[in-house]
Amino acid sequence: MMLNGESKMQTRKASGYMEISTKVTIAGVELKNPVMTASGTFGSGMEYSEFVDLNRLGAVVTKGVANVPWPGNPTPRIAETCGGMMNAIGLQNPGIDTFVRRDLPFLQNYDTKVIVNVCGKVERLAEEPVDLLEINISCPNVKEGGIAFGQNPKAVETITAEIKKRAKQPVIMKLSPNVTDITETARAAEAGGADALSLINTLTGMKIDVHRRTFALANKTGGVSGPAIKPIAVRMVYQTAQAVSLPIIGMGGIACAQDALEFILAGATAVSVGTANFHNPMTTLEVIEGIEDYMRRYQVSDIRELIGCVK
Amino acid sequence: MSEKYKETAQIIKQEKIGTGIYSMWLQTQKIAGAARPGQFISVYSKDGSRLLPRPISICEANAENGQLRIVYRVAGKGTEEFSRYEQDDALDILGPLGNGFPLERMEEGKKAFLIGGGIGIPPMVQLSRELKGEKQIVLGYRDELFLTEDLKRSGTVFIATEDGSCGTRGNVLDAIREHALTADVIYACGPTPMLRALKAWAEEKQIECWLSMEEKMACGIGACLACVCRSKEVDEHSQVKNKRVCKEGPVFLSTEIEV
Repeated sequence: MMLNGESKMQTRKASGYMEISTKVTIAGVELKNPVMTASGTFGSGMEYSEFVDLNRLGAVVTKGVANVPWPGNPTPRIAETCGGMMNAIGLQNPGIDTFVRRDLPFLQNYDTKVIVNVCGKVERLAEEPVDLLEINISCPNVKEGGIAFGQNPKAVETITAEIKKRAKQPVIMKLSPNVTDITETARAAEAGGADALSLINTLTGMKIDVHRRTFALANKTGGVSGPAIKPIAVRMVYQTAQAVSLPIIGMGGIACAQDALEFILAGATAVSVGTANFHNPMTTLEVIEGIEDYMRRYQVSDIRELIGCVK
Repeated sequence: MSEKYKETAQIIKQEKIGTGIYSMWLQTQKIAGAARPGQFISVYSKDGSRLLPRPISICEANAENGQLRIVYRVAGKGTEEFSRYEQDDALDILGPLGNGFPLERMEEGKKAFLIGGGIGIPPMVQLSRELKGEKQIVLGYRDELFLTEDLKRSGTVFIATEDGSCGTRGNVLDAIREHALTADVIYACGPTPMLRALKAWAEEKQIECWLSMEEKMACGIGACLACVCRSKEVDEHSQVKNKRVCKEGPVFLSTEIEV
């Protein structure tokens, strides 16, 4: 018994040097770790590359890009809420031609996967160095953002099938949380042939400026994000993981490794850091390091052992 | 592109210099040394319920000893929290951010207006130290004065107060008219109505006019596209008529933007 105890101790001591694998696979694309950026919070990575070595990230998910440049909404576009924030940027983007010419070559300098969030024609990216497509059918801030059909399961299935016909890369459908039952739209996306799901997008909210007696955002409503919405997001990831067999990219209020692990244990294969980048530009790296520490502490050699293990 | 640093700065001292106006000196490692007049820093709350950094303009920066001064008004819970911090407390900051005022537009023999309105006055302090040529500093207050003595050291100060308690009764343009002042270049920071009036006045008089804009921000580094202002021409980065206040700005040539 003594010997047994000692050998256990030795393993524990050595655990700091334990070999671990953080690799995960989404629709056949292998990521070095499950940590990526949430679309819209990280641009195309250029600005954050001054603070974050993009080579460390599992993937960079770019800001939504449309066929032509979009000017977005009037300001104010942003407001803080307790433990979170609201935005109504309105999908301002430079259009796909500028994105392909300027942003994709920049991302090619890094050893990370590139996931392009698209709110336009996916064919344009067929020959471009893009690993995965994330389809935005859930932006609450523009009528073209798709929330109307993103809330209707039949429409989700149809549009997923249409995109699948046209897309060369695997397709991730990004789901809206502004529904009664997220498993309905998740199942619809699966039936339409989606390769993976992203959830959750922001929750529609409103803030009123009592001093000016008007809306805090020019758009009146905006998408709520940040730690305040995390329990809702974890619940929806869990429900979706029980309902479909697709890999899930979980997001909504992740600010540290423990938050990310909640999503993974609830069934997410990968996770995205969004609003927390604004509070600390190095959050993604801290999440990656924290997941590695957790794996060593609990002797988890392969992160895939953790995915959905809380049932 | 200037280097940006995320640092935990140490508060050297903080004092109240007016009603709801605070002056804070911070010991930084690199930020003060890299800062230019008209740039700003992001100041982070320690309260987890307040996620977004507060953009605060740099009032003074001493490259030699790494000390940086911000002067800010308590406008909400975030700035109220900052106002409670004392000597030796630590504060997370990111900077220097934005472009700053173009010093090279001035030279000896030329005359400049440095125009500050309310909480737009602080960036004029470092600007007045570094700018060449004749400096006419025009300050607009509601009633109570602050930073006036600091600014008198590096130029001629003209004051306007809304209630007429000091200097010209009215706004900064009233003070300029009363003293029949002229300038080759204008540098201004202040409330939107002041900037709008200055833009119109400068364009009518055909004076080169640099305006420091303000907008609600999130990331502070140009990624989130929250803090845009309307531009006259299609912007190179955005490909639409929007410029990022935190990145291409906060200082813009008046003829390039809509105010």
